[in-house]
Amino acid sequence: MTSTGILQILLFFALVLVCVKPLGAFMANVFDGRRTFLHPVLRWLEVLTYKVAGVREDVEQRWTQYTASLLAFSIFGFLLVYLLQRAQAYLPFNPQNFGTPNVTPDLAFNTAASFLTNTNWQAYSGESTLSYFVQMAALTVQNFVSAAAGLAVAIAVIRGFARHEVRTLGNFWVDMTRSTLYVLLPISFLGALFLCSQGVIQNLKPNTTATTLEGAKQTITQGPVASEEAIKELGTNGGGFFNANSAHPFENPSPITNLFEMWLLLVIPAALTYTFGKMVGDTRQGWAIFAAFTVMFLAGVFVCYGFEQAGNPTLAKLGIQSAATTTQAGGNMEGKEVRFGVVNSALFTTVTTDTSTGAVNNTHDSLLPIAGLVPMLNMMTDIVIFGGVGAGMYGILIYCIIAVFIAGLMVGRTPEYLGKKLEQKEVKMAMLAIIVTSACILVFSALSTQAVFAAKGYWNAPGAAIANMGNSGPHGLSEIIYAYTSATGNNGSAFGGISVNTPWYNLTIGLAMLVGRFLFLIPILAAAGSLAAKKKVPVTSGTFPTHGPLFVGLLVGTVVIIAVLTYFPAVSLGPIVEHYLMHSGRLFSLISWPLGS
Amino acid sequence: MSTVTTTPQATPNPPLHEDPTSLLPKKLARSRPLFDPEIVSRATRASFGKLNPVTLAKNPVMFVVEVGALLTTVFVVRDIIAGAPGLKFGLQIAIWLWFTVLFANFAEAMAEARGKAQADSLRKTKTDALAKRLTASGKIEEVTASALRAGDVVTCDAGELIPGDGDVIDGIATVDESVITGESAPVIRESGGDRSAVTGGTRVLSDHIKVRITSNPGETFLDRMIALVEGAERQKTPNEIALNILIAGLTLIFLLAVVTLQPYAVFSVAQAGAGTVPSVAVLVSLLVCLIPTTIGGLLSAIGIAGMDRVMQHNVLAMSGKAVEAAGDVNSLLLDKTGTITLGNRQAVEFLAITGVSDEELADAAQLSSLADETPEGRSVVVLAKEKYGLRGRHIPEHGANFIPFSAYTRMSGVDFEGRELRKGATEAVTTFVKEHGGEVPGYFQEMSDRIARNGGTPLAVADGHRLLGIIYLKDIVKGGMKERIGQLRTMGIRTIMITGDNPLTAAAIAAEAGVDDFLAQATPKDKLEYIKKEQVAGRLVAMTGDGTNDAPALAQADVGLAMNTGTMAAKEAGNMVDLDSNPTKLIEVVAIGKQLLITRGALTTFSIANDVAKYFAIIPAMFMATYPSLAKLNIMGLHTPQSAVLAAVIFNALIIIALVPLALRGVKYRPLDAASLLRRNLLIYGVGGILVPFPGIWAIDQLLVLFHLA
Amino acid sequence: MLSQLWPALRINIFLTILLGVAYPLAVTGISQVLFPHQANGSLITQNGQVIGSELIGQNFTKPGYFQPRPSAAGNDGYDPTASGGPNFGPTNQKLIDRVKASVDKFHKENPDYHGPIPADLLTASGSGLDPEISPASAQAQTPRVAKAREISADQIGQLVAQYTKAPDLGLIGEPRVNVLKLNLALDQQFPKK
Repeated sequence: MTSTGILQILLFFALVLVCVKPLGAFMANVFDGRRTFLHPVLRWLEVLTYKVAGVREDVEQRWTQYTASLLAFSIFGFLLVYLLQRAQAYLPFNPQNFGTPNVTPDLAFNTAASFLTNTNWQAYSGESTLSYFVQMAALTVQNFVSAAAGLAVAIAVIRGFARHEVRTLGNFWVDMTRSTLYVLLPISFLGALFLCSQGVIQNLKPNTTATTLEGAKQTITQGPVASEEAIKELGTNGGGFFNANSAHPFENPSPITNLFEMWLLLVIPAALTYTFGKMVGDTRQGWAIFAAFTVMFLAGVFVCYGFEQAGNPTLAKLGIQSAATTTQAGGNMEGKEVRFGVVNSALFTTVTTDTSTGAVNNTHDSLLPIAGLVPMLNMMTDIVIFGGVGAGMYGILIYCIIAVFIAGLMVGRTPEYLGKKLEQKEVKMAMLAIIVTSACILVFSALSTQAVFAAKGYWNAPGAAIANMGNSGPHGLSEIIYAYTSATGNNGSAFGGISVNTPWYNLTIGLAMLVGRFLFLIPILAAAGSLAAKKKVPVTSGTFPTHGPLFVGLLVGTVVIIAVLTYFPAVSLGPIVEHYLMHSGRLFSLISWPLGS
Repeated sequence: MSTVTTTPQATPNPPLHEDPTSLLPKKLARSRPLFDPEIVSRATRASFGKLNPVTLAKNPVMFVVEVGALLTTVFVVRDIIAGAPGLKFGLQIAIWLWFTVLFANFAEAMAEARGKAQADSLRKTKTDALAKRLTASGKIEEVTASALRAGDVVTCDAGELIPGDGDVIDGIATVDESVITGESAPVIRESGGDRSAVTGGTRVLSDHIKVRITSNPGETFLDRMIALVEGAERQKTPNEIALNILIAGLTLIFLLAVVTLQPYAVFSVAQAGAGTVPSVAVLVSLLVCLIPTTIGGLLSAIGIAGMDRVMQHNVLAMSGKAVEAAGDVNSLLLDKTGTITLGNRQAVEFLAITGVSDEELADAAQLSSLADETPEGRSVVVLAKEKYGLRGRHIPEHGANFIPFSAYTRMSGVDFEGRELRKGATEAVTTFVKEHGGEVPGYFQEMSDRIARNGGTPLAVADGHRLLGIIYLKDIVKGGMKERIGQLRTMGIRTIMITGDNPLTAAAIAAEAGVDDFLAQATPKDKLEYIKKEQVAGRLVAMTGDGTNDAPALAQADVGLAMNTGTMAAKEAGNMVDLDSNPTKLIEVVAIGKQLLITRGALTTFSIANDVAKYFAIIPAMFMATYPSLAKLNIMGLHTPQSAVLAAVIFNALIIIALVPLALRGVKYRPLDAASLLRRNLLIYGVGGILVPFPGIWAIDQLLVLFHLA
Repeated sequence: MLSQLWPALRINIFLTILLGVAYPLAVTGISQVLFPHQANGSLITQNGQVIGSELIGQNFTKPGYFQPRPSAAGNDGYDPTASGGPNFGPTNQKLIDRVKASVDKFHKENPDYHGPIPADLLTASGSGLDPEISPASAQAQTPRVAKAREISADQIGQLVAQYTKAPDLGLIGEPRVNVLKLNLALDQQFPKK
């Protein structure tokens, strides 16, 4: 690690930190229905939306109705994305003439599930599969609304804690519309223009053919990238316009855009802690969660950065410079861009997997084992280190419930969090959410290590599901586990070596995304509904304080211990053993089965 | 005339225990040694009975262990038949897995056996006595006690057992209630008032009473008590259910982690081209070590033991829920008299008005109090004697007319030799003086108020038309009470003093005792309102009560501790009965409730924290043959894969048995604020839980190798 | 749930128009006016002919040009229609084999360079389109380029220094050299004889 590297990490964090309070307070105002400085500009659009949708702004919903609205909204979102992809040949803005065969039903399903759930897993390869219209009207739209839906749910869950003795949690349509119009749209709009000014492309032209200096032909891709890029990061979506995602120079052309994109990624989840504190009437509660996030985030960054900078010992033996100098970054540069170097790649990797983004500015598959374990563990926490827009907040509240339930007993009272007694229902729902996600990750991964299909058949043309791995040995296991972890956590980043565009992977991964989104979120909404109806217990010196360092430590401990205990056996056979093997010089080659295409 | 004007206290107020830092008194009425041989042997037998999978299924964690043990046993038997190698390991694993289940069963059985032993001793006293029932015509017929129904009236003479629960409707008697309370001093039971309740199975020692039976056979207090201590009606408490869900959830997660480890292992073995897939015994071992067996095995024992501890304090909790609620209490309604202050006020000073000597006042006060057998009255006589050397004189009964206190006149005194000596409430006595043509000086009211403001009770004394002065009766706050109330405040509990005194007096005593609030001139209705008000604000309220009037408030309170001396109505309305009838007990009950919850939390934390070390023991052992590099994770330096797995399993089983005393006694509770308490417990059970297994497993591994067991 | 379907459909369509058509078109319109160069791919033209983009790397194989990093985009590398990295894990035999081959090739082409080879020059980028190399990688190739163009290494070195971009704002990111721009400058200043 270099001092400039550490300085860049701290600078980035400081940029996020200064926005937490203003943006957090702004969001609290928006969701509490107070007038903000954007109302003169946007209020008419909000009113118009309700009018078009036929929704009454002042009617509140119980948790069941709230969930029903969310599901109804998602079903149509899903159908739209699916149909637009399948029909892209007949739709405008398709200069490359991508047709229906490019998007098979299973791929279209996977992509629809992916964008609907804010996962944005890329089984597709953007530049060779999807028309500009699909990128805009399907993917960009879902980038907004899947984030807006997550934010709405988070706000509803926060209300569950903030309110007492009421049955309602707010109105989904209103919360979702406000998220979109007041929070996501303005920042994205300005962000897109800024990105464009720095070199991110934004046009509807067909690809340009260039004749290179050496006389070869090069097709330079075009498209409306900046408008998608801004919301892709801000909405912690991560599904890129291009296959290479944010490593692509047209998505992320410079260190400045990189810094800006990371800021976009983290700013809403970070600020939401303040919104939470404000809405529950005690900003210290929000800061405590922010502090817990920060501890886990920084630990991840420095582990990832440290191991990456140390480089691959096997390559070092070949005479490669692995120490950093003033003229080159050193470390493990495989899969990384020169402009980002090791530090900005490790930082991006951590940010994108702490949040549920999954955008990548380097190939995670080429990370060194322990550095690659960082994004994996980040996601195995159910993505509650800052987390996705909204999703991180409601996710961490699940862990708060569990942490407070176990430790709260140790103060000799029925555990209470924010004045709400935690009882059967809350514990049941919290455990349900955690069980569902871990089951999804472990079971699907296990199935994929064993599933055997006919070679050249429909389900998985390469044959056995493990034949799709781009790496063998422990790294191959990591690829499979990473895929289902990323899908279940609605992250979307990948150990990209595994070729996942087959019906088996498209369907199971798509399923994992849906389960990870909805079966995680519905229990939390249920718990919120039950919490809202409860009385508020007054705080006394006998109440376990949930705003001090002790709570921060406890929350971090709970998140880490649950993730580690659940996944240690699996990761010990993946990244952990690979780390030791790498240092002992062991290599694995793909020889045991035929490689697909 | 009757010499008895008040009933003596049922039991003397036990002195506050010496150590003010501990909320739990050291001597317990019904304590038994933790490992009483009789209980241990009873529990050991019961542990095997509890292997029945149908009963064990109620405990998901131990049920999983049992299934695992069974599975391992099946494979061992298969291997024995096939003559496969490596039998020693599989056999030992199977044995220790069975021990794990047995140890958990033993913990629960121990807790239950203690209750059963108590129930047995209660049951011995339950003989089917003959009852003398009064027929409608007023005749007495002899029936067995079991033939009595609610509403029957029976008579009981000295030496007879009272055949059933009921209220005394006529007469007064001393009763030996030691069967119920463990206290041998007899108590007085009389008709009317708040001391009318009698309990079936207790014995009349003197006199004769008529009792109206209030309960049907099988539903008597003694029956309920037996059922409660035996745990027959034990239902899981809300918090216990929630915790059960949590640990069942964790069990499911670990089940998934271990079941899916098998395919990962198959994959890894194929990729590495070395090693073998872990056997069923090893996978089951990993599973059993990971699932929270410690808390899963001890959870129900903790609950039963909590009830038992309440019982040892001679408090009968009607449900575990009540004990749990006690831990949550935010507001404690304490009766002033007997709880905060010593039961009786005492005369501390005579304040004569101008022109009257103190001696004259003292003399009049003493004379007016000679027939007053109340403690207050006696304290006047004593003070006059001590301070002015006035000896108690005998006033001949003839020629003297003692005026007893009445709620109407609010005065008492004596008429003799033409004098009319009166003492009583200031207003009553000044009215008396004025009626007799006397004068009341202007400053007199102020004199009286000053005493009230200081928490005292002024008793004016007059001799006919002459106003003499005031006797200063003072409430004495119990020693150590202020400290305990301070501790309660630290624990986040508000104390509210309930008193019939006027607000001035109440405020002064409240200040002296350091309570947070007080309710003066409290009527039962006021209490009820106060409780409701607190509950609306989200607070849980505990109170004590004895009178029938208290019943609604006792029922409303989240924890209602009824005094055993109180009425049946009160005892039925509350959810706990203090057999010692000591209102201070409420504080101890709160401490026990907290201790119960802390014990659960501590052992859950400990149980989960333990897993870290077990991973370091088992994972490298499982895959060392496949990936020798994983030996780097064997940080304990365990000898062989077999010894490592075995050591982890044995540690896991032994820790259950090692923690049985903790589960039964409860973790040490200190009255600290929540943050300090949590920091302390997290350090001991969280950090300790991570660290302890490392040396533990290491040591077992050493022993295993030493004895060639692995 | 059923009662929610109608608003769900209407709001989906409304938002698709707002966010999927109006928003990207607005951004396109504004950026085409304000930043036409960047919005259209930062293209470099020579004699009216597009020769590439500042931001997209291209293949250079001749010794007289600075060579970019290995690329896994497309079959021959640097194919923008197939962006991506090779996704080799650290214990993949193929990674080591490929790097070993690159090392051998480098030594063969640059016999005058003896130091440790900068990591970026032997490793593939994540995008496969990385337009840049580290200054150290440019320096490592300087002797070869100078030899091929038959000019002094110092002159090339000066050009490399001139085209070396410091970290953004002096702190963020890494120092780097844009290969296409450097090679264009080479052709302009030191045309091959």
